[in-house]
Amino acid sequence: MPLLLPAGAGAGAGAGAGADGSGARYVLVASLDKARHLSTMLRAVHFRDVATCVATANGLKAGIFQEFVVQEESVTFRINLTILLDCLTIFGTSSLPGTSTALRMCYCGYGYPLTLFLEEGGVVTVCKINTQEPEETLDFDFCSTNVVNKIILQSEGLREAFAELDMTSDVLQITMSPEKPYFRLSTFGNAGSAHLDYLKESDLMEVFQCNQTQTNRYKISLLKPSTKALALSCKVSIRTDTRGFLSLQYMIRNEDGQICFVEYYCCPDEDVAETEL
Amino acid sequence: MRFRAKILDVACLNHFTRVINTIAKLAKTCTLRLTPGKLYFILTDKVANGGVSMWCELSQGNFFDEFQMEGVAAEHNEIYLELMPENLSRALKTAQNAKTVKIKLTNKHCPCLTVAVELPSLASSSRIVTHDIPVAVIPRRLWNDFKEPSVPDFDVSIYLPVLKTMKSVVERMKNLSNSIVIEANLNGEMNLKIETDLVSVTTHFKDLGNPPWVLDGDSQNSTQDRDPETMAEARVDIKKLQQLLAGQQVNPTKALCNIVSKRIVHFILLHEDVYLQYFIPALA
Repeated sequence: MPLLLPAGAGAGAGAGAGADGSGARYVLVASLDKARHLSTMLRAVHFRDVATCVATANGLKAGIFQEFVVQEESVTFRINLTILLDCLTIFGTSSLPGTSTALRMCYCGYGYPLTLFLEEGGVVTVCKINTQEPEETLDFDFCSTNVVNKIILQSEGLREAFAELDMTSDVLQITMSPEKPYFRLSTFGNAGSAHLDYLKESDLMEVFQCNQTQTNRYKISLLKPSTKALALSCKVSIRTDTRGFLSLQYMIRNEDGQICFVEYYCCPDEDVAETEL
Repeated sequence: MRFRAKILDVACLNHFTRVINTIAKLAKTCTLRLTPGKLYFILTDKVANGGVSMWCELSQGNFFDEFQMEGVAAEHNEIYLELMPENLSRALKTAQNAKTVKIKLTNKHCPCLTVAVELPSLASSSRIVTHDIPVAVIPRRLWNDFKEPSVPDFDVSIYLPVLKTMKSVVERMKNLSNSIVIEANLNGEMNLKIETDLVSVTTHFKDLGNPPWVLDGDSQNSTQDRDPETMAEARVDIKKLQQLLAGQQVNPTKALCNIVSKRIVHFILLHEDVYLQYFIPALA
């Protein structure tokens, strides 16, 4: 796909356009052959209107971008995700075979809008989205050395379960254990309690490393948004640490075989005692 | 006053249905003008319509196998009816597999366009579904309100880009803003722009071509003197533009727009044998 023209298109760009077109004044430049790869992934986390975007030399899924240049150590800004998604899909969401939207994303730094250049079939669209003050991101302090239990499941196994979760239940209880029931999801709703057990020998189970029996409850309202990522993913890794914190990692493979990860962290519901079966 | 018409051919029926569906998307209520050779769907620029106006012309011979009408008087052999095209659209929905469709002007408890759809059936007698669509007869003294609009004295005339792309872009922009700026120049370039507090988006179309109009007298001079790079622009209600584009199902034979800077955008769409003009006024 041809590289897009950064400056020149779109008058009155102000400081947003590198005057010489080389992007030298940009703090962040990212180019992508198929904007759809980014929009698909962003949809996976689109359950709040605004997202904080952090770009470092390694971050922002450098694997899927053809070009990724970050001038500073790390670049952080907050942006309206709904608007970003509308811009990324400006040429429509369905794709004809042989057509795709090329994307170049540029950011001049604090106070400047995020500029997107999108091109499809010779038509160029320039979007300037205002950025906001970055919000404090929660640091869950989840580190792999404290992981007690770990499971990797094929997503298709969890999709139906999550779609059918009893939403009248305040919590989703997750039990992981080296012994029966191995991996159990439980809800306690108005109609009664429901338990869904996964056997460790099941075909869907790729990795089963449980050292200790743990039962933790998480507010179901906090976990429900993760179903978007689950729907797009092929595999999910479920880990709990010594504090009962939950880490969900979704592996999403796009149509070109590139792989991206979406991570969710959740802390356990405080009112419940642990290690109960 | 009499009117009766019949469609026998399935392709004609589908085509007619598509046209009615397009009209239904553009106007809640409009005027149907019947003459011996043509049908016209007309919307005049009243405040209630938000100032848009529409003129759609079809040759009856391209759709109907039989077409007979008698106007209000010999010297005025025309009929003007006010109706809701959505009603006609719904009636035609039941006609997808019809053997014949007959349309007749009748007087039940009020004037109606009666659509009788003959459907295939296994029994020897056919099933007929009848729809009575209420209409209002427009008296001759008001006919002057519905004259064909003249092409405005435009600043720029330009062919529209591929409608599918234009449709996608405008639909997305509709999520972001209530108004859109359409601008174009005599170099075949057109831009669609929206700008709000949160975001600005501009889509650039190139190499569209400018239609060669044959103008008389002074008008021709003014467009020839015009700098080809200068843009003529108008800010319009984005919903009206989106409705126009949404109604276009297949790429038209000819699609162009004339822009009178800051005043009005005039669209002309020709699809096989259907000629549609649509005017969207600029926002204050």
